Amino acid sequence: MDTPTRSGAKSPLLEAYAPTDGVADELFDRDGAMRPVWKPFIEMLSALPENALRAKFERGRQYLRDAGVYFRQYSEDPLNERDWPLSNLPVLLHETEWADICAGLSQRADLLEMVMADLYGPARLLSEGHLPPRLVTENAHWKRPMVGVEPRGGHYLHYLAFEIGRSPDGSWLVLGDRTQAPSGAGFALENRMAMRRVFPEDYPNAHTLRLSGFFEAFRETLHSLATANRSEPHAYGLLTPGRANDGFFEHLYIARYLGLLLLEGEDIVVQNGQAMVRTIEGPEPLGLLWRRIDANFSDPLDFHPDSRIGVPGLMDAVRSGSLAMVNALGSGVLETRALMAFLPRISEVLTGRPLHMSNIATWWCGDEAARAFVRENVHQLLIAPAMSVDLPFDSNSETVRGVEPEIVQLLDHDAPDLIGQEAVTLSTTPTWRETDKGPRVTPGPMTVRVFAARTAKGWTFMQGGYARIGPEGDATALAMQRGGSVADVLILSDDRVPDPKSVLPTPDVVGEHAAQTEAGALPARAADNLFWLGRYIVRFEDVARLLRAYHLRLATSDRADDKLLDYIAEDLAPLGIDVDQPVPDGLLNRLQAAHNCAAKVRDRFSTDGWYALSDLITTTREMAASAQPGDDAARAMSVLLRKTAGFSGMVNDNMYRFFGWRFLTIGRALERADSLAAVLETYADPEAPEGALDIALEVADGRMAHRRRYALGATRETVVDLLAHDAGNPRSVLYQVREVQTLAEALPGAALSARPGVLVRQLLPIRTQLEVGQPADLTTQALSVLRLALSGMSDRLAEAHLR
Amino acid sequence: MLYDVTLNINYTYSQPTDQTRNLLRLLPRDIADVQRIEDWSLTLTSPPSEQSDFTDYFGNNVTSAVWHRPVEEVKIALSFRVHRHADAPRLSLATSMRRLPAVLSANRDATPQSPLHFTATTRRAPVNYEMTAFARDHIRPGGTALDAVRAIGAAIHSEMTYAVDATDVDTEASDAFAARAGVCQDFSHIMIACLRGVGIPAGYVSGFLRTYPLPGQDRLIGVDAMHAWVRAWVGPELGWVEFDPTNNQVAGIDYIAIGYGRDYDDIAPVRGSMRGAGTSTSEQSVDVAVVTPLSSRKASRRD
Repeated sequence: MDTPTRSGAKSPLLEAYAPTDGVADELFDRDGAMRPVWKPFIEMLSALPENALRAKFERGRQYLRDAGVYFRQYSEDPLNERDWPLSNLPVLLHETEWADICAGLSQRADLLEMVMADLYGPARLLSEGHLPPRLVTENAHWKRPMVGVEPRGGHYLHYLAFEIGRSPDGSWLVLGDRTQAPSGAGFALENRMAMRRVFPEDYPNAHTLRLSGFFEAFRETLHSLATANRSEPHAYGLLTPGRANDGFFEHLYIARYLGLLLLEGEDIVVQNGQAMVRTIEGPEPLGLLWRRIDANFSDPLDFHPDSRIGVPGLMDAVRSGSLAMVNALGSGVLETRALMAFLPRISEVLTGRPLHMSNIATWWCGDEAARAFVRENVHQLLIAPAMSVDLPFDSNSETVRGVEPEIVQLLDHDAPDLIGQEAVTLSTTPTWRETDKGPRVTPGPMTVRVFAARTAKGWTFMQGGYARIGPEGDATALAMQRGGSVADVLILSDDRVPDPKSVLPTPDVVGEHAAQTEAGALPARAADNLFWLGRYIVRFEDVARLLRAYHLRLATSDRADDKLLDYIAEDLAPLGIDVDQPVPDGLLNRLQAAHNCAAKVRDRFSTDGWYALSDLITTTREMAASAQPGDDAARAMSVLLRKTAGFSGMVNDNMYRFFGWRFLTIGRALERADSLAAVLETYADPEAPEGALDIALEVADGRMAHRRRYALGATRETVVDLLAHDAGNPRSVLYQVREVQTLAEALPGAALSARPGVLVRQLLPIRTQLEVGQPADLTTQALSVLRLALSGMSDRLAEAHLR
Repeated sequence: MLYDVTLNINYTYSQPTDQTRNLLRLLPRDIADVQRIEDWSLTLTSPPSEQSDFTDYFGNNVTSAVWHRPVEEVKIALSFRVHRHADAPRLSLATSMRRLPAVLSANRDATPQSPLHFTATTRRAPVNYEMTAFARDHIRPGGTALDAVRAIGAAIHSEMTYAVDATDVDTEASDAFAARAGVCQDFSHIMIACLRGVGIPAGYVSGFLRTYPLPGQDRLIGVDAMHAWVRAWVGPELGWVEFDPTNNQVAGIDYIAIGYGRDYDDIAPVRGSMRGAGTSTSEQSVDVAVVTPLSSRKASRRD
């Protein structure tokens, strides 16, 4: 162990900071001097009392929680989300060093593009012996349907990430290329937002290069790839595998940040070689997809036949040249670990120049000499399948240390399928640890992820943003498999950095992009989910109200054979509600259904709304575990109803009045109209037991209004009047039907040639009946006819807009 | 030999389906010196909203058909005439099993005909320990790759029971092997996995097989089904040979290949997708009739 005698280590925080010998360190250079880029930062840290530091860090964590930054294991449970593990301390790099890194990676990105073009074109690298053909022909990521297919826009690769690390001699090394669908840029943005809250000080803040320029530039690329040389507008979007995917938060975040459509496979249909988005106004042409989905799952017809998340016919749209892909299908082949063994030579062959930045030394065991080398040096190497596309330090990586006993045997049998890779030692960077003796800054190994985007002027790079930090004490790349945290990377300039241009689109761009993404192209699936979210929430609410009425009566009734209780129980039973459960499973199911819909359109309403809904589920689950029949259950229902109102209010107050909101609100209004009619059908039926009318009023929240409007006690007449015909009562069928009409009139295609559209035409007779009819005419039978008409209305809506 | 082949496949959907999209690999490819296709017709009803033909990576004929409107059934009717030539007798200068790995390692050919596409394990024909061990047990030490293909094919034929209900179209080769039962698709996948396991490149052939009439009877019409067999690469001298493990014979003049793939996924006769909640059922009938002089005249008159 080194003794902390390094300059700058005067602060108690750095007492325990002891980089291992033979390992590069970000804070101290080889001579033990603190790197200049860190000095002002460490001074600032050291000057702050521990508690002030902790308070700062808490601000960052609070931001991430509030912003809803999470990551998840692949899982269907929508609540299985974990906090984003952001390291309290950023990694600092000087802009000169960063520029050098970017220059090296720019060359590598161009090389990868050339390799890609060769592997899907003339395949010279194979026939001339620069790359063993088996690495391609046996590769599951080399997609045969792409051979000979020219990518739209002329390039295969548009968006890349490189995992790099600093080796002991101080130079940087490429550890892995991410070419299929690189992830992490959205998290980088969130890292930065959090870090700016933790360290708003002039240094580092005012000297940090911004991230936003990268996204601005890339959006330009997306826009021009999608729309260049087109006579009609083409939409573009981000294709996600869906909310069960571990990267879904990021997909959501990037789509929101860049104003892209967030699309799932079922949003897209391919006709005559043209990909189209299904929108509420019918199919609209799609010019580009930024895919976050593996090529193997992108099209069940040309690739994995069991894929349910892809787009049937997607390859057809690619083949016809109408759809640009970021990146081209088949780009995953470049992630093959064995390729690293050949890239240095390939660089010489294709460009006449050596790689400016080396990649991790790699030996492919299919080659006799390489195999001999690996066998001799197996103890210093990492061994992995040749076709692996893992990063060596991923927690689920197939990489093992060469010292494992079975490796020698594997080298004899499976040799062509294996590679050996240098067991690199990474540099260490300051991390914050709480110890028994108080907080300490200690060195932890790190890798940096660098994002590159193609622009008209060449590759542009995100200025830092993302590093992974491994556990303390072991600086080998493999130690990173054991997990750790993520850190922001600040690229610091000696000068102050001018305020960034906002990433928000400039006015002329707004006209084109934003109008297209919001007004023009609400995907039908999103509209459908919003519509059903509205309906399920009301269903949940109505059942909760009936249950409350039931338990209130149960609490005050002393009769074992209370007819009204039985009547309510019988009403609820067909809905799957068992009144013997204080918080029935059927109630929770309704909420879960609402949550499922909401999860699919999370990009369309606020984080607060999402949390309100998640909170509602959590509370309901808790109550299900403890509530007792009677008063207790009634109180529980009141709590749930208040929380539901909170959610609805949040959505209603905050959601922009575009088509999405319209469908949600139509769903609510239609469901409410139907549910009021159903309540009357059951509880205002002449055959219903005594007290049923009170239940109707209670469920419809109409007691107070009734008392004011009618001096008398409730009669069928007054109750039906209030809950069906009274246009001033928001809980009347008429009010809700008018609401639906107003909303429906503003839907696209609602009125053709000044005649009301099909939806409104369906609605008018219902409205007229309620406006001119008398309560006496609205018999139980008439109510059931009315409900049928409402359900027909829902079907028409679905036919016109939701498929 | 001259054959008239007709194929009918009918899909019926329990509910009308939206956006039905099919890739059909049904029309046999021309193969120099082996088979030549003429007078072919492929009819789809109801007529698709779009239909186009292309050849895939391996050179197979593919028809893409898409119905934009909801359909309740899709009928596929294919007919063609094919000239099938007897395979030319080839000298058995087959590569030895011992030399095969080195030959493959030295191979730099990555064009679609290359055996290198057929060495790796694939989804439908995954190499596993049991099948590889089984294959090894049936190889004569010092033998040629061609010997190995025949021996492994014969071993599978005698080991496996042909049983229509034992498996379905999605059964894994390893499961069919464990059950020692299946249909031509399973036999073929098992043989492919066995061959790859011992280092012989192997692929899947989809096609038609003429069924011999029983003595004294006319050929039964319509009982024949689409067939599948195996293609193996036995060295640079002989190249590809085709073997039918279901019938334990080299695929000769009685066999008409539609095309080649690494396994069923590459050359499935119909690959489809549709939107809709319903299920689909299908029936198929195949007729591979030897063209006699009489029917030949009839055919030419019809033209």
